[in-house]
Amino acid sequence: MELTYGVINLENKGIIYRVSGPVIAATNIDAKMNELVRVGNEGLFGEVIEIDHDKTIIQVYEDTSLLKPGDEVTTTGMPLSIDLGPGLLGSIYDGVQRPLPKLFEQMGEYIKRGAEAPGIDRKKKWEFFPLKKKGNKINFGEIVGYVNENEHTKHFIMSPPNIQGEIIDIVGQGEYTVEDILCKLDNGAVIKMYQRWPVKVPRPFKDKMIPNAPLVTGKRIIDVFFPLAKGGTAAIPGPFGSGKTVTQQQLAKWSDTKVVVYIGCGERGNEMIDVLTEFPKLVDPVTGGPLMDRTVLIANTSNMPVAAREASIYTGITIAEYYRDMGYDVALMADSTSRWAEAMREISSRLEEMPGEEGYPAYLSSRLSSFYERAGIVVTLGGKIGSVTVIGAVSPPGGDFSEPVVQNTLRITKTFWALDSNLSQKRHFPSINWLDSYSLYYDSLKEWFESKISIDWDRTRAEAMRILQKEAELQEIVQLVGADALPPDQQFLLDVARMLREIFLQQDSYHEVDEFQSLKRQFSLLNAIIRFSRLGNNAIENGVEIDKLLKLESRTEISKVRYRKDFESKIGLINETMSKEFKALLGEQ
Amino acid sequence: MKEYKTITSVKGPLIFLERAKNVGYGEYVKITLSDGSSKRGQVLETSENKVVVQIFEGTRNIDKNTYVKFYGDVLKFSVSYDMLGRVFSGSGNPLDGGPKVIPEARLDINGLPINPYKRAPPHEFIQTGVSAIDGMNSLIRGQKLPIFSGSGLPHNELALQIARQATVLDCTESFAVIFVAMGITEEEAKYFISDFEKTGALEKGIVFLNLASDPSIERIIVPRIALTTAEFFAFNYGMHVLVIMTDMTNYCEALREIGSAREEVPGRRGYPGYMYTDLASIYERAGRIDGKSGSVTQVPILTMPGDDITHPIPDLSGYITEGQIIVSRDLQRKGIYPPIDVLPSLSRLMGKGIGKDRTREDHKSVSDQLYAAYAEGKDLRGIVSIVGKESLSKSDKLFLDFADDFEKKFIAQKSNENRRIQTTLDIGWEILSKLPEEKLLRISDELIGKYIRRFKDAPNKAY
Ligand SMILES: Nc1ncnc2c1ncn2[C@@H]1O[C@H](COP(=O)(O)OP(=O)(O)OP(=O)(O)O)[C@@H](O)[C@H]1O
Ligand SMILES: [Mg+2]
Repeated sequence: MELTYGVINLENKGIIYRVSGPVIAATNIDAKMNELVRVGNEGLFGEVIEIDHDKTIIQVYEDTSLLKPGDEVTTTGMPLSIDLGPGLLGSIYDGVQRPLPKLFEQMGEYIKRGAEAPGIDRKKKWEFFPLKKKGNKINFGEIVGYVNENEHTKHFIMSPPNIQGEIIDIVGQGEYTVEDILCKLDNGAVIKMYQRWPVKVPRPFKDKMIPNAPLVTGKRIIDVFFPLAKGGTAAIPGPFGSGKTVTQQQLAKWSDTKVVVYIGCGERGNEMIDVLTEFPKLVDPVTGGPLMDRTVLIANTSNMPVAAREASIYTGITIAEYYRDMGYDVALMADSTSRWAEAMREISSRLEEMPGEEGYPAYLSSRLSSFYERAGIVVTLGGKIGSVTVIGAVSPPGGDFSEPVVQNTLRITKTFWALDSNLSQKRHFPSINWLDSYSLYYDSLKEWFESKISIDWDRTRAEAMRILQKEAELQEIVQLVGADALPPDQQFLLDVARMLREIFLQQDSYHEVDEFQSLKRQFSLLNAIIRFSRLGNNAIENGVEIDKLLKLESRTEISKVRYRKDFESKIGLINETMSKEFKALLGEQ
Repeated sequence: MKEYKTITSVKGPLIFLERAKNVGYGEYVKITLSDGSSKRGQVLETSENKVVVQIFEGTRNIDKNTYVKFYGDVLKFSVSYDMLGRVFSGSGNPLDGGPKVIPEARLDINGLPINPYKRAPPHEFIQTGVSAIDGMNSLIRGQKLPIFSGSGLPHNELALQIARQATVLDCTESFAVIFVAMGITEEEAKYFISDFEKTGALEKGIVFLNLASDPSIERIIVPRIALTTAEFFAFNYGMHVLVIMTDMTNYCEALREIGSAREEVPGRRGYPGYMYTDLASIYERAGRIDGKSGSVTQVPILTMPGDDITHPIPDLSGYITEGQIIVSRDLQRKGIYPPIDVLPSLSRLMGKGIGKDRTREDHKSVSDQLYAAYAEGKDLRGIVSIVGKESLSKSDKLFLDFADDFEKKFIAQKSNENRRIQTTLDIGWEILSKLPEEKLLRISDELIGKYIRRFKDAPNKAY
């Protein structure tokens, strides 16, 4: 594939034959599949999505009002590509990488069509630090130097994945724009601070590895029960209002990752401005800098053009791969992949394609899997290790998980956080159902937790899960006969399960202490509850009445400790109190 | 302008033309019939050999000899400050016998998407005087918060109460109410208008009426005309505009009608696959813009077919709006007004508008705790219906009583009762104070100390 810096095209013109919403058909044009074209007097961007005899079908990334048969269509000779270089971090883009602040400067508060704005600033100067010398051999994707994109991020400048050769000339340290040539190679190729990449083509790497470390999120139910691996994939399906967006934004805030790409795909405008106003004020848990400095936002809200919604997912994942190629851990959130699938459906139905299940095109499944396949932990072309973790929200109609987008997503993703509206209606947050969710990464991460956090990690977790599962069974009996009819040990188990749900699984995303908990704290909290359970069971065996257990000071204390800044010392005290209280109880017997 | 007499077929709300050259997608169309009456329409598809046009006033009396005029522009609507206090038809013609509006501006009825980067986050609490809303699911200026109801439930009454009582604390800026009727009965319409007149709301309001007897396709444009007007008042005149739209279900039916006339592949339950996008183009027109003082707040009302919240109309709406207020038949049967079921209701923007300096420091805690306790009480009702009350523990019995208290004291109020937010919260504390303190996990010890004790010492004195 040819990679160019400017638009060097052999123009080819045709005319519009038909317009139907975001889809147009053109005739008399010689265009390639997936080629970018300009449509009408305003030169609206579009992409060739089908070639059918003499008709070329194009999806247009902007509003098509008043386009008419006979208007001109021009090819560009290039597929839809985006700019990759310094200046991406902290940006907010539309689905085809036009910076929204630039669109505002050009056309005011509303998004009008026909604007052109490069993804990264062509004039801004960056201080370049070379890491190679004249005579060095450069491989595909090898690092030649870096710029400090912000205080905390070295942005490595790499040769594009299809360029290699011997350096015959390289500039010295100094200030350059992204258009300046930094490096000349013996074969005539040049390296600049930025490269362009076609979004639908995955960026190449040397080798894919097996994920072996967790993405630490600070969320108890995720980290302990259903952990996601760095380089892994997760699906978070749920009906409206169940917490997909809040969960994704929380992960964007707290995950221990270098870069976050957040795609608002066909969702609400207010949710994007939320991120934009909040993130600059928040502190990046990894570097201590402003959170916005590690974030790239892609906003294609539900009222923006449908075809650009389709593109936004590709734009986002391409940016994620680019930072991965520098050797960084990147997390990508896509909210919501259902809107992406619906965009495909809408376009496909305008083409009068044979619909598959629920009207979705037959290629739904392959598009979804090729998207999630772009996640992974890899050895980059430049020999570094980097990862892209992908978390996709799914919005099933009627909250029904048997529909095609959820089902096709679950076939590919390895972590499943099932949101449950029964929980969210009770304001149990995060409303991730602990019985339905799963993580296929846990087994390969177990050792990591045992060696880094506690040797008892797995045992304690398993005990907690057993109690929660047993609770679900007992609930059915309680529904029939009432809790009083159960033997004391089972009544006690119900109480412990309740503690697990209310104290451990629930986590307040709006409380400054509770919203993020370190793995060590998560474990001590869980351990204290499980310890209470063990001591309690022993007490019951020895004839202690259950009412006495429920009134213990240590039990009450555990319930509020997660809100405390002095968590460590407090939990120590609670454990001591617990020992004393149980000793006293047994002494009374 | 171009004119063609090339209609080949007329089907449902659509006409099809051939050999109509240079017709733009979305172009505005006008038809004059032999009796002198005229109809308007919009191009849905255009190609060299076929043009499809939807006719808003319906296709009655159109034949193959009818002339069709294409205007070379999108459908625009004339707006003016003088529209305040007036009643218009679904296509914007005066219905009140008053003069024609002299336009200040002509605006594209589809509006334009607000650049997400220039939105301003909504944060001002609107006091509706209804506890179930203010206390549990607060409405915020610039929010889109629909009422999901069922046929025969008092959603209209509730909407009117909101329209009457809505105020922003400590604020004197000007506001307006725009009322949009889509396919409602004449009787319902009269009910709204007479209430508006009685309370003086009409002086600060605008009404757009598309009644059940009016052409259904007009329902496609009436919300767009109304929102174009709302945006004009909000962003040109800096006013705070509350838009009440009823019934969105009729709007969606009109959308389905067009889809089937075009023989499109239908989506779920026969509704068009693009209904999400279409509804978003209406609901996303709520909001605030950075640097502008006005706002557009939407309270759309929809009746859920068969009371089914998973039906595509409420489902797709819920995925776009910023929460929902659920009107419940169960509570209605119990004689509770407003019969709002708070558990499945939600206001996503609530957190931004409440708390210290906004409403009161304890607002979030009280609301969280009321939710948790009511949910628990309702669960217990299920158990009691099988095993009887005797088998419950003492604390469970308290929760059971709490659920009744909550419905009777907190939710229930008169349709003319305008509760201050402080009163709403105090009622919350009063009923919570009957629960064991150690079960109030959602409230900090500090707040418990400050508020609960007051009610233990002096019960029933809160309001
Ligand atoms: N972890 C949480 N902590 C506290 N509140 C939460 C949490 N998650 C969700 N909520 C509450 O639930 C509301 C809805 O959550 P959210 O917007 O994430 O839903 P969603 O699944 O993205 O819905 P939609 O599909 O309609 O976009 C939030 O506005 C918030 O009030
Ligand atoms: Mg969401």
